[in-house]
Amino acid sequence: MSAPTTTRPAATTGRGGVRRWHLVAAGLVLAVGAYLSLAVGASELGLAELLSPSEDQLRILTISRIPRLVAILLAGASLSVAGLIMQRITQNRFVSPSTSGTVEAAVLGILLATLFFGSTSLLGKMALAIVTSVAGTLVFLTMLRRIRHREGIVVALVGLMYGGVLSAITVFLAYQRDLIQYLDIWTTGSFSSVLEGRYEPIYLVLLAGVVGYLSADRFTVIGMGEEFATNLGLNYQRILYTGLVVVSVMAAVVVVVVGTIPFLGLIVPNVVTLLLGDNVRRVLPVTALAGAGFVLACDVVGRWIIHPYEIPVATIAGAIGGVVFIWLILRSAGGVPA
Amino acid sequence: MTALAARADHRSPEEAARRRRVRLTLGALALLCVLFVVAYLLYDVRGSWAYAMDLRGRQVGSLVVVGVAAGASSLVFQTVAGSRILTPGVMGFDALYLLVQTSIVFVFGSTTFMMLGTGERFLVNAGVLTLFGIVLFRWLFRSSSHNLLVLVLVGVVLGSLFASLTSFASRLLDPNEFLTLQDVMFASFSTVALDLLVVTAVVTVVALVALVPLLRYLDVVDLGRDNAVALGVRYHRVVTLTLAVVTVLVATSTALVGPMLFLGLIVANLARQLLPTHRHTDLVLGSCLVGVLCTVAGQFVVGHLMDQGTTLSVVVNLVGGIYFILLLMRTVRL
Repeated sequence: MSAPTTTRPAATTGRGGVRRWHLVAAGLVLAVGAYLSLAVGASELGLAELLSPSEDQLRILTISRIPRLVAILLAGASLSVAGLIMQRITQNRFVSPSTSGTVEAAVLGILLATLFFGSTSLLGKMALAIVTSVAGTLVFLTMLRRIRHREGIVVALVGLMYGGVLSAITVFLAYQRDLIQYLDIWTTGSFSSVLEGRYEPIYLVLLAGVVGYLSADRFTVIGMGEEFATNLGLNYQRILYTGLVVVSVMAAVVVVVVGTIPFLGLIVPNVVTLLLGDNVRRVLPVTALAGAGFVLACDVVGRWIIHPYEIPVATIAGAIGGVVFIWLILRSAGGVPA
Repeated sequence: MTALAARADHRSPEEAARRRRVRLTLGALALLCVLFVVAYLLYDVRGSWAYAMDLRGRQVGSLVVVGVAAGASSLVFQTVAGSRILTPGVMGFDALYLLVQTSIVFVFGSTTFMMLGTGERFLVNAGVLTLFGIVLFRWLFRSSSHNLLVLVLVGVVLGSLFASLTSFASRLLDPNEFLTLQDVMFASFSTVALDLLVVTAVVTVVALVALVPLLRYLDVVDLGRDNAVALGVRYHRVVTLTLAVVTVLVATSTALVGPMLFLGLIVANLARQLLPTHRHTDLVLGSCLVGVLCTVAGQFVVGHLMDQGTTLSVVVNLVGGIYFILLLMRTVRL
């Protein structure tokens, strides 16, 4: 339990915390992962072939491998950043898109789009998913205010259960229309179906990411409470809703294009914050890199274990993420004197 | 136990009235259970009676076993854990059962697995689960016994972790092996096999019989660990034995219908609300009856009246999830 106390001074003095070599190291790790991600697959590509591909290999790269890599990086980065922003806004370390109903609400939105508008385009589904996930997160934030005792663990429990109720509604609707199988596809995050022409909407998270980065300092301030933020001359409500929309857009877009990746938005920001302090603007880029790296690693491992088949990234991330989450819970419980 | 007997003779009028009310409630519950079982069997039978009775008999049988197992296991688990919001389902126990099953197939291969009969297969699974469960829960109860909510959250996360690991292991399996596993894992109770039903019913009865001598001690365990130890109860022994019975009961209900996260939570809390008593003999009996009522009546509505428009577990998850959130919000305000 001595590790967290040593990081805290670094964060409060404002120096140290994130150093340049952190970013460089993260970048290097990411580059190796990216190379593996491009090279591993049903047809192996060496370094030489990546640099001067034949016509077939070029096609493999542009249709499948490069879109996949881009989707992995964007999905990992944006879900982690979404988690970070949510944790700052609510000042609660156990809040994230996958523990507050945001993701489940997005899945419900996709289902509604399919039910009511027939076979809509990816963009149509996405629009409705964004609307429902904003609404779902809003309901969660309202519930959060009702709970007087905002202990982190209670909030996480309520969030998980709320997500469970939302997905029960989704299953209920899907069962009546025989859509359970589709539901399974949407809810298991996997990059195997990411192909050229079917993933481009994911670039939308870049826009949300820029907005998030520009408002980063304000998120830090409103995390200190409504009165404090208002005293500093900030419009609390407006920033809260900005954060809400940024988070919901990120979560919904990733769910529509990739599927859900459990615990990602929770564990990555928590581990990064533990190591590097909690100044949003400083930590945000590292969080994005770490999230991208984590998902990349899960995906490469998933493709490598039962080569030439693959294990969905959600399964691997769920297994690793679950263990890390439990460690975080026990750690925070141990930190509080019983 | 002479002291207990002596006290029983000098009951106050209020106590006597309360006893009467408990007995009346139990009788009414039993009557309702019988009514719904009969209704389930006889409602709108078309075509061959022999066929309908055979099929529906098996369905009702498995529903009853599940209701009893979920009711009894959740209620005593709540007592041991000292909390109303902790049940085996919430703690990820059901998910653990599926993980154990998948791991067995993964390690030994499906041919060995299928060569065992239904009974042996179930016993192997239940045995491994019991071992696992006791180790896991002893560790959990010991490591953070002071913070209940930590325990619940860890349990919930463990549930989803086990589910991920199960899916991970099943992806590593040969597709043929996975098929055999799937048949075993998703035994839907609309077409439950007779031999599995018999095995689980026998095991449930044995587990309940084993539970009976523990019930008296559980009344004391309910007072909290320190009080129980001070009153001379061998706390660890009682808790371990109870947990063993609970794992066996969970294994039976999961083997029949798969994980039903909130069934036990609803049932046990309903029973505690209906019965104004702290005696575990009455509480467990009531919880079993409420459990049977929930599963049989629920399946009657879902299957017969709604014409299979949804599944029982979806309804249970929906109702149970909302109930759990309300429970949490209320608990926190204490």
